[in-house]
Amino acid sequence: MKRGLKLTFAAMLLTGVMAGCSNNSSGKKASTDEKQANLSGTVTAAGSTALQPLADEAATEFMSKYPQVSITIQGGGSGTGVNQVTAGAVQIGDSDVPAAEKLTDPSLAKDLVETKVAGIGFSITTNKDTGVDSLKLQDIQNIFSGKVTNWKEVGGKDEKINVINRPASSGTRATFTKTVMKDVKINDSIGTVQDSNGAVETAVNSTPGSISYLANSYLVGDKKGALKTVKIDGVESTTENITAGKYPFYSYEYMITKGEAKSPVKEYIDFVTGDEFAKKLEDMGYIPVSKMNGLK
Amino acid sequence: MKFKNRNFFLTEYLGRTLVTLCGLLMIGITISIIGFIMSKGIQSFTQSHISLSDMLFSKNWNPSDATNPTYGSLIFIVGSILVSVGAVIIAAPIAISLAVFMNYISPKFGEKILIPVLEILVGIPSVVYGLLGATILVPLIRNTFGRVGFSLIAGIIVLSVMILPTIASIASDAVRAVPKDYLEASYGLGSTRWQAIKLAIVPAAKANILTAIVLGLARAFGEALAVQMVIGNTIKFPNGIFDPTVTLTGILAMDMSNTINGTAWNNALWTLAMILLFISFFFILIIRLIGRKGGKQA
Repeated sequence: MKRGLKLTFAAMLLTGVMAGCSNNSSGKKASTDEKQANLSGTVTAAGSTALQPLADEAATEFMSKYPQVSITIQGGGSGTGVNQVTAGAVQIGDSDVPAAEKLTDPSLAKDLVETKVAGIGFSITTNKDTGVDSLKLQDIQNIFSGKVTNWKEVGGKDEKINVINRPASSGTRATFTKTVMKDVKINDSIGTVQDSNGAVETAVNSTPGSISYLANSYLVGDKKGALKTVKIDGVESTTENITAGKYPFYSYEYMITKGEAKSPVKEYIDFVTGDEFAKKLEDMGYIPVSKMNGLK
Repeated sequence: MKFKNRNFFLTEYLGRTLVTLCGLLMIGITISIIGFIMSKGIQSFTQSHISLSDMLFSKNWNPSDATNPTYGSLIFIVGSILVSVGAVIIAAPIAISLAVFMNYISPKFGEKILIPVLEILVGIPSVVYGLLGATILVPLIRNTFGRVGFSLIAGIIVLSVMILPTIASIASDAVRAVPKDYLEASYGLGSTRWQAIKLAIVPAAKANILTAIVLGLARAFGEALAVQMVIGNTIKFPNGIFDPTVTLTGILAMDMSNTINGTAWNNALWTLAMILLFISFFFILIIRLIGRKGGKQA
């Protein structure tokens, strides 16, 4: 009986090893034979959690088109993405900001090639009770720097403003600082900090007088009516306004590779930026790169 | 005959080798973790030229400033200390009382109900505590005391519930380990039950109870997720119990994955991790000192 068990285990192990080996060899064969119709290989990506839903959806569609390609997308944050791709642990690093902005030493960035894969708009969100529909850019700067502390000073109810920020290293906050706050510093000693988009949504909804910022990709589908969004200078955060240059609070999502992308990584990135995927990309709350021409 | 000898060799030495390897593996892993954290933590001072006194005693934490980044971690250290000491102040008396209750006042109830309850409490993951805190405790504080709700007191309450079972179970073991002779001797001198407990049993178990408290303190200090979800994470000293503040573990959890290896910000975070490690060592040292002293006394 014991001997039989050992034999069975050995047989299973052997089968597993042979199955693994055989997959690899057939994969190699396919990639050298037909490159166009039959892409194969593996793509690993890691990084921004803001880009992750888009990358996941694109990966699913890409894999159904080319079943021999296997794509794995992980999260971990923009910093993780850049770290991993620089170290060679993954092939694509997803990031909300260009690598050069995160790396203070430019020599570290010299091998990295960035591709803009989508534009993304952000919105200022407030609690439903604040009573404001639009804020001037100057007002937003004053609120987050601590100069203005009550909603009535900017046209709302008489209520204390509760500022909710993201952590200082977050890509969303970096975009907010660059496009809205500009030279005005965010005051870190007022308000609170929430770690993730989900935590921000909960906090904004339950804290009276609160104000924060969120990516539009988070405000699609059934979440659309859940949060109150505020216009900046009377302009709403829509794709049309962003691509026309009227709305300032947007950024790009980047896929970063070490050196030029090779097949199938190149095909995958082309797919994400291509017209085939553009409709799905817009439905998910992002902006196709093709529409962002003419903007910085 | 030969077969029997070989079998003997295999079982004896194979077993011993495997077990020794496990022991060496544990030591190896621990040393590598400590070595790695220290090598990354030192980089702040060697590579990024941050001054040690600045890092430890300055309250200006501003790594994202383009022109003049500062890396003072005093606010985090104070925040961590406040929240863990606060949690211990609330949890320790309750835990010791529970230990006394379970062993002397009502042993049957203690064994059948309290011990399983404490085990369940220990088993609840910390993220669940954080979620409960964020959705129930924070609005409660906001509605009763005003302010934002995310506050030092929310962190203290969540932490004390988390460390209570830890301190209680070890304190219970401590109280149970006191020999029955002490109780008998006290009765012999004419004390009531409560006098016996208060004046004889608990002081005798003092060393182990202190160990339990320091273990609870160490656990509270290292707790990241649950505290970060309710404490507000504002980088300033709290002006009162209802003010939000930030802890070492909280800032590490929030910023680590968004910074890049080699930058000064990342190095500063590794130094924070190193500080956390040293403080944990400090707690372990205290536990061993108390244990040794208690042993000598007994």
